[in-house]
Amino acid sequence: MSKNLRINSSKFIDQTNRISFIFNDKKYYGYKGDTLASALLANNIHLIGRSFKYHRPRGIMTAGSEEPNAIVQLHKNTSRTEPNVRATEIEIYEGLEASSQNCWPSVNFDIGGINNFFSPILPAGFYYKTFMWPANFWEKYEYFIRKSAGLGKSPTEPDPDIYEHRYIHCDVLIIGSGISGIMAAKTSAKNGLKTLLVEEKPYLGGTTIYQNSEYFKINNQTSGSWLEKEINEIKKLKNLEIKTRTSVAAYHGYNFLLAKENLTDHLPIEIREKKIRHRLLKIRAKKVVNATGSIERPLIFDNNDRPGIFISSAIKRYADLYGVACGEKNILFTNNDSAYETAISLIQKGINVKAIIDNRENVDSKLIYEAEKNNIKIFKGFTVVDTSGYKRIKKISIMQLSKDGQKVVGSKKNLHCDCLGVSGGWTPVVHLFTQSGGKLKFREEDSVFIPNEFPSNQISVGACNGDFFLDEILINVPKSLQKFLKIKNSEYDNIEVSSFINKSNRNIWLLPSDKTFGKTKPFVDYQNDATAKDIKLALREGFRSIEHVKRYTTTGMGTDQGKLGNMHALGIISETAGTKMGELGTTTFRPPYTPLTFGTIVGRNVGEYFDIFRKTPIHNWHVKHKAEFENVGQWKRAWYYPKENESMHEAVQRESKAARESAGILDASTLGKIDIQGTDASEFLNRVYTNAWSKLAVGKCRYGLMLNEDGMVYDDGVTTRLGENHYIMTTTTGGAANVMSKLEDYLQTEWPELDVYLTSVTDHFATVSVCGPNSKKIVSEVIPDLDLSDESFPHMSFKNAKIGKINCRVMRISFTGEHSYEINIQANFGKSVWEKCMDAGKEFNITPYGTETMHLLRAEKGFIIVGQDTDATMTPIDLQMDWIVSKKKYDFIGKRSLYRSDTIKEDRKQLVGLLTENPNEVLEEGSQIVSDINKSPIEMLGHVTSSYYSPNLNKSIALGVIRGGKKMMGQRLIIPMEKKNINVTVADPVFLDKENKRLNA
Amino acid sequence: MFLINCPYCGERDQSEFKAGGEAHIIRPKQPTELSDDEWAEYLFMRKNIKGIQFERWNHAHGCRKWFNIIRDTSNDEIKTVYKMGESPPKL
Ligand SMILES: [Zn+2]
Repeated sequence: MSKNLRINSSKFIDQTNRISFIFNDKKYYGYKGDTLASALLANNIHLIGRSFKYHRPRGIMTAGSEEPNAIVQLHKNTSRTEPNVRATEIEIYEGLEASSQNCWPSVNFDIGGINNFFSPILPAGFYYKTFMWPANFWEKYEYFIRKSAGLGKSPTEPDPDIYEHRYIHCDVLIIGSGISGIMAAKTSAKNGLKTLLVEEKPYLGGTTIYQNSEYFKINNQTSGSWLEKEINEIKKLKNLEIKTRTSVAAYHGYNFLLAKENLTDHLPIEIREKKIRHRLLKIRAKKVVNATGSIERPLIFDNNDRPGIFISSAIKRYADLYGVACGEKNILFTNNDSAYETAISLIQKGINVKAIIDNRENVDSKLIYEAEKNNIKIFKGFTVVDTSGYKRIKKISIMQLSKDGQKVVGSKKNLHCDCLGVSGGWTPVVHLFTQSGGKLKFREEDSVFIPNEFPSNQISVGACNGDFFLDEILINVPKSLQKFLKIKNSEYDNIEVSSFINKSNRNIWLLPSDKTFGKTKPFVDYQNDATAKDIKLALREGFRSIEHVKRYTTTGMGTDQGKLGNMHALGIISETAGTKMGELGTTTFRPPYTPLTFGTIVGRNVGEYFDIFRKTPIHNWHVKHKAEFENVGQWKRAWYYPKENESMHEAVQRESKAARESAGILDASTLGKIDIQGTDASEFLNRVYTNAWSKLAVGKCRYGLMLNEDGMVYDDGVTTRLGENHYIMTTTTGGAANVMSKLEDYLQTEWPELDVYLTSVTDHFATVSVCGPNSKKIVSEVIPDLDLSDESFPHMSFKNAKIGKINCRVMRISFTGEHSYEINIQANFGKSVWEKCMDAGKEFNITPYGTETMHLLRAEKGFIIVGQDTDATMTPIDLQMDWIVSKKKYDFIGKRSLYRSDTIKEDRKQLVGLLTENPNEVLEEGSQIVSDINKSPIEMLGHVTSSYYSPNLNKSIALGVIRGGKKMMGQRLIIPMEKKNINVTVADPVFLDKENKRLNA
Repeated sequence: MFLINCPYCGERDQSEFKAGGEAHIIRPKQPTELSDDEWAEYLFMRKNIKGIQFERWNHAHGCRKWFNIIRDTSNDEIKTVYKMGESPPKL
């Protein structure tokens, strides 16, 4: 275990900077520059976790973000714990703590591993088939599944880190800093374009930067050192911003992209305090260059998932970049020349490569010759048929392929190894391209999907465009950049490339085996344990659409979104169903390309900034006087003001009584206020409200009801005529913005000929409402110069006044049915006017009341609340408010709809009052109303919309909507509750002071 | 997220705008003269095209102006933008 597999001093690893870290409670050492994966491999640790369904031991397969297996939990049981972190991406730092996932009780002895032996009972769709029936068994299944499966543990404490968002606008965004991305960055920035280059890894240069083979040269230098010079050059360019550790998560329309810049995940925990962890970049780019590269494909054969089985290019990266040998007895299995690059690189470092299994026959190239020269045994035309070794690969079995590649022939050979590298060719990374709406086409020669139609201003260059080889890249990339960026001179004329690779490959999606199909486990999706067998089963059961097969088998549905195996899944479906790959299409790649934490998504919008709220100018007074608040739209409104140990009910009863018996005061500042001016203002109101406005005298107020064109009640409120051509409209608190927008809509689009101007003044005024029999005395003390006599200032009228030197508007209007005044004053004087009223009202025991009391008081009077007693299916007629619908007006918004065949039906739900048989029984809002509980099914007649205990009437009152309710006055109905049935009687919705005597009391 | 060229303010992010449904549906001048079916045609019937669609948008968090756009709903490409009251430009 303590073996050191560090093989040379790679220039990318700082061997003077040793770092300790913990994996599964044991301490290990690595170096600065290591990923967790490379450091574990250097310590000869291969068993990282267990697979999701069968709990098979799994190791590290790749060296990048496509990793399906090596996912770990970081810093378990702390506030910074994070599940599903790819060991291949996380950089080690002093104190890093990681542990295996999907294993219980431990990675080495795992109870769920037993699933592996029972795998015939876990076929595709197993979860759907088994756990759906019988339904009441679900709880038992769930317990078992949750215990033994699952992907890590989410943190239980608040996230201690800080995140932020930043907008970036640029001329050109380049995604990926491999050789193609670097060429694009130089071309773009050198030509005066504001350029942003993002790279998900901590270093630039992709796979080329560590390439020092004599077989791939640019201008007579190794491609690695050529690229290094290019990188040093672009770092000096002024127009270029470079961001490493930055991965693009989403590519939306109009070149809007989201990227995560990772700022502290590679730092020791102690020094992360107060630093921003991730920055979500919201990038709007005029042009986008996708240079996202390609992912090497695995090969699909029996038991292709054991720890110690890698993607061949990953073995090369671990050796070249991290200076780590993945094994001491290496074997490679390939269908193309890439594996030979790996072999030669290992041999040069003195790492043993025993053999290369190449499924191609009669193939030759300089690389193959070089491999043979180094005594690597090459098996041409062979395939791996099986592997063994439980926690680490020990042995492979190989057989010769038949000419057509469909069968194996001859006898089986066994070869011992501790590491197997597989190479199935390359898949362009087109996820972001397709997210943006790009369409792909299938290239038959090497079985790849490549970008075809570009939806917005973007191109794909290099490997992600299907140009995998150095010579293709250096010829094609500069040309397409020149055209795309409209640049005259290429930066890369007269460049010399030498590349000795043979470009042939022999693609066999599912390699044949000597065993009968069904007895083998060729994994296609490693993370979700989906095998080729599962896919074939899905097809046999009738699934055809690739999207359905994906969901049924869970192929490609893990945290890695099947980056490795998706192509094979498609290939197997295509072969089995006899559909061409190009016609089959691919599954949809959805954002994010790699997972984002919630912290990154919300940024600074946490805590009190999560959902920003609006406060009235009087808010601090309410806080000081211990009000409880309720949310109304974005507003915080005082709900009730409990005294000492009062319950909500007690407080509301006290407030309601005080308002009717002496005086109450309400902060009504949140009501929407729209200033309406213009010579056609009266005509405009005539058209938007159901009642008539032209005859309203200056200085008078009127209640108005606003409908939608479909005749349904939309909003209500009192509007006051301030002058000949000047009105102020009030709207409901929640409806203000929508009413404003609706009025603007009609004004700008239907009636542009009207001379009317609208201004939202909700925030400009504070509104203090004083009500009750003593309200007149209080207001006269606050505004002594104002004549409050009924003759001069009757109900529904308005006066300008002054409090000290400050102008205010006083309306005598009432939402409680009491004599009351609303004082509107410039917002910043709101609190002082409120306090003046409180002082003046002291001798009358003026009582501040909140929204709950306001709701109770208006319900006593049968006044509706739009949105509570209505729900966009109620006409004024349904509300028994026929009196407010003008018969004389030729037209208003919604008028025609009031006599559609549907709206004139007599059995529509209509608003009524409800009284309980037992006056102390308070109904629950939302309860259903029925007439016959013995009928099956019970017919629902309607529901309760508002319900309170009225301290002024000493009984329970409620409003409700009932089918045909208008004609049911006095009828007894039933409200069935969980434990009892409540008897109610249909009543007039106005419970108190039908004659409106109190208004002038 | 779209980038919408408000005819009054210029290019702005989609989040500043509010969509207002199909354009060029004129409110009948004399609704009371219409049959239920005719009124329902105005009230409910919308084309909801896959392809070139004429739409109303409002620069709600900007100049508050309503205007029209022509958008290809299959790929969200905005072909052109024009003011209220103007007839749609030929594509
Ligand atoms: Zn605008």
